[in-house]
Amino acid sequence: MTARLGRLYVAVILLLLALPLLVVAGISLNGGQTLRFPPQDPSLRWYAELFRAADWTGPLRNSLVIATVAALIAVAVALPLALHVWGRGGWLSRALYTLGVAPFMLPPVITALGFLVFWVALGMYGRMGATILSHGIFLVTLPLVTISLGLRAIDPALLEAARTMGATRGQVLRTVVLPLALPYVVSGYAFAFVLSLNEYIIAYMVAGFTVETLPIKIFNSLRYGYTPIMGVVAVLFVALAAAVYGAIGVFGNLPRLLGADRVGDR
Amino acid sequence: MQANMTSNDLSLHGVTKRFGATAAVDDVTLQIPGGRFICLLGPSGCGKTTLLRLLAGLEAPTAGRILVGGADQTHVPTHRRDFGMVFQSLALFPHLSVGENVAYPLRIRGATRAQRRARAEELLDLVRLPGLTDRRIHQLSGGQRQRVAIARGLAIDPKLFLLDEPLSALDANLREHMQIELRQIQSRLGVTTLVVTHDQKEALTMADIVIVMDRGRVQQMGAPMEVYRDPANAFVAGFIGTSNLLPARLLDAATLEVSGHRLALDPADRVKAPPGPVTLSVRPEDVRLDPEGLPARVTFVRDLGESVQIVLDHQGHEIIALFSPRERPQVNLGDAVGLAFAPGGRVVLP
Amino acid sequence: MAQARDDAPTPGWLGVVPGAALLLLFLIPFGIMLAVSVAGREPGGFYQWGFDLAGYRRVMSAFVGGILLTSVAIAAGAALIAVALALPFTVLLAGLSRRAQTAILVALLSVLSLSEVIVGFSVSTLLSRTAGVGNLLAWLGLTAEPQSYTPSLFALMTGLTYLSFPYAVLVLYPPVARLDPELGQASRTMGASPLRTFAGVTVPLLRAPILGALILVFVFALGSYLLPQVLGRPEHWTLSVHITDQAIYQSNLPLAAAMAAVLLLATLALVGLALLVARDKGAPA
Repeated sequence: MTARLGRLYVAVILLLLALPLLVVAGISLNGGQTLRFPPQDPSLRWYAELFRAADWTGPLRNSLVIATVAALIAVAVALPLALHVWGRGGWLSRALYTLGVAPFMLPPVITALGFLVFWVALGMYGRMGATILSHGIFLVTLPLVTISLGLRAIDPALLEAARTMGATRGQVLRTVVLPLALPYVVSGYAFAFVLSLNEYIIAYMVAGFTVETLPIKIFNSLRYGYTPIMGVVAVLFVALAAAVYGAIGVFGNLPRLLGADRVGDR
Repeated sequence: MQANMTSNDLSLHGVTKRFGATAAVDDVTLQIPGGRFICLLGPSGCGKTTLLRLLAGLEAPTAGRILVGGADQTHVPTHRRDFGMVFQSLALFPHLSVGENVAYPLRIRGATRAQRRARAEELLDLVRLPGLTDRRIHQLSGGQRQRVAIARGLAIDPKLFLLDEPLSALDANLREHMQIELRQIQSRLGVTTLVVTHDQKEALTMADIVIVMDRGRVQQMGAPMEVYRDPANAFVAGFIGTSNLLPARLLDAATLEVSGHRLALDPADRVKAPPGPVTLSVRPEDVRLDPEGLPARVTFVRDLGESVQIVLDHQGHEIIALFSPRERPQVNLGDAVGLAFAPGGRVVLP
Repeated sequence: MAQARDDAPTPGWLGVVPGAALLLLFLIPFGIMLAVSVAGREPGGFYQWGFDLAGYRRVMSAFVGGILLTSVAIAAGAALIAVALALPFTVLLAGLSRRAQTAILVALLSVLSLSEVIVGFSVSTLLSRTAGVGNLLAWLGLTAEPQSYTPSLFALMTGLTYLSFPYAVLVLYPPVARLDPELGQASRTMGASPLRTFAGVTVPLLRAPILGALILVFVFALGSYLLPQVLGRPEHWTLSVHITDQAIYQSNLPLAAAMAAVLLLATLALVGLALLVARDKGAPA
């Protein structure tokens, strides 16, 4: 009886979480320029529009480019950092790790303002490169956490075994450590990619008026009135996030990635 | 095989490893001829694994020198020693196939794909796992993984083959089977092999030479039966097999006094202590029941099928006697009996 | 020893690249921001270097004090609601099969990574006159005609709770998942109902993680900058919104930087407190 009540609670909460998204998915199907729910004369017209209307394809392309490259930068910084912290320890690596986790723990406005004044000082304010680098640093936290988790799971005996079989330090890293950490690197990239796509305040402060991303475009459009195309973007973003995390869940161990020790490997 | 014997002699000179104030390995000096199967035996924490890791170069000694075939290895990094090692956890690479695991040392040495595959198949045949080259590690049973680890350790014809409690994860039956097989493989290849174990039966089954360690020091080194029959001290006597240890006093070279009773020693008995307070060590199979002997009381009778164990109490000391079922004395719990020790089975230790 | 041995599995220089990247692109921006917070304001431009505490003087004014109070009250409210909802949810979640846990975690992560813009847009649509709740209530006859529930404090709190709930679950998930399930089972065998077990065993065991989660979710909610604009009225604007406003629209970077510095200090203190709480009582005795 109580167990059923518990399941009901979980179900109700999940329904509440889904509700706004369901409504938004509904309005994205409106045939006209209205935001009605249930949708009126449903069509997929606005989905085509997102990929056709010039004022939306620009932000779409910006967002994809920024997320792709920024996530790459985040991994490029996080991977050596995670390896360093894992392999060496010491106060310096702990300090570096804290520095890597910090951008994500602070209210994003602070980080965004920091980047704003930095790029202004450098004369790169308003450039896409500034947005990409800012996102790259801001999102270092995610691959840093996932890769560190993966490295900690490596049995130290594997490294010693490789050494006894003649592998130099570089060979051990290349043939043992990196292959074992690869799934966690990929998860870290995926997390960073999805979050970069959704990030608003940093992109806005650093280059909001010149490099419009999809979140900025939506927010700007909110002022002039809602159109179903915003619903389309929301639906696509949710679908993309669910696909990425779903893939991690299917191919990896999501509960363990999120900190549950007790959930076994298979 | 003969060639290996001379070229891969192992010698240690005053090898010491300190962790902070404690010496895990304390001034160990050993000369071991090549081509032998050596078991490093001792209780947990006796320093045997540390000694193995020093040999592998995974730890650096605080003092002393390690030579293999006359060449100083003390400061040679692990990856240039050309040894093979099997870890307690086996340390098989989960991201590589069975064949890739076995051929890993060859890949590091730049062998071609075809060479690696051929060698892997050869080694898998040797450990009786033919046709498993392309399997994943997680598809194997515990015993199969064990064999893969052994094959991998042997891949480069190592100068020294080191194994750290290699069979501890296997269940009892499989373990005994693997002990015999490991010994057979070693005999065939003639590789100098050093196995760390805490299981004295395992050591007696496999070894040419047993090295017993306690508290970082070598207590005794010798052939298994030598160590069993003729323990150097009370620790070895108690650790290898079961020994009954009794406090005694050695009056002269041929007379022993045990709790007020005088025993005449036989020339076949081994006296390793000067006259004075000593420890008498007797194996359970050398304990006899004799009405004329030391007074004792039966506290437990254990019928094990192949043998009968009778536990006796002699003035607060527990004595275990072992009989074959045919020789089983007719005694019951609580019976007062006399206790005697077979001539030649008595070892007098300091 | 003949030579120094370096047995670490990674070469020492490996830390240099990420260290330099973080230093250059994270620490230096912060340093510049702090410098800007005491710089002079340049009308029409960004700022001119100097030493002027005007920004901080304004931060200390009643105006900013009021904003800070509003921000704290709103974030604290959202944190309380989110954690209160998340705690039983997380405990129930940790008891499910791995497959179910994975599915629900995927859903939570998807919601969590949604842009605030999209959350704001979705919630405001849900609470609008023409779609969602407004429609529904009218259709049920509870209201005479569809009406809008946004912008309002209610809409803002709904949005913030929506945003914070997945975060609260993910912060609570590791300690809850590591909790020994036998403790709860032991309580059940001794005759306690599931609810009593939850209140009498689970919650006390999790006191430190709950406190830690409250603080972290509070900081998270404090960082919200778009929902107050989309779902709230100007009087609900938080410090984060005002920082953006000063930096972008009022072109008063020194004041924005000074407010950010204050927010930074408050956040660091709170995160430090959360870590301290988690470390002190985190390990069950």
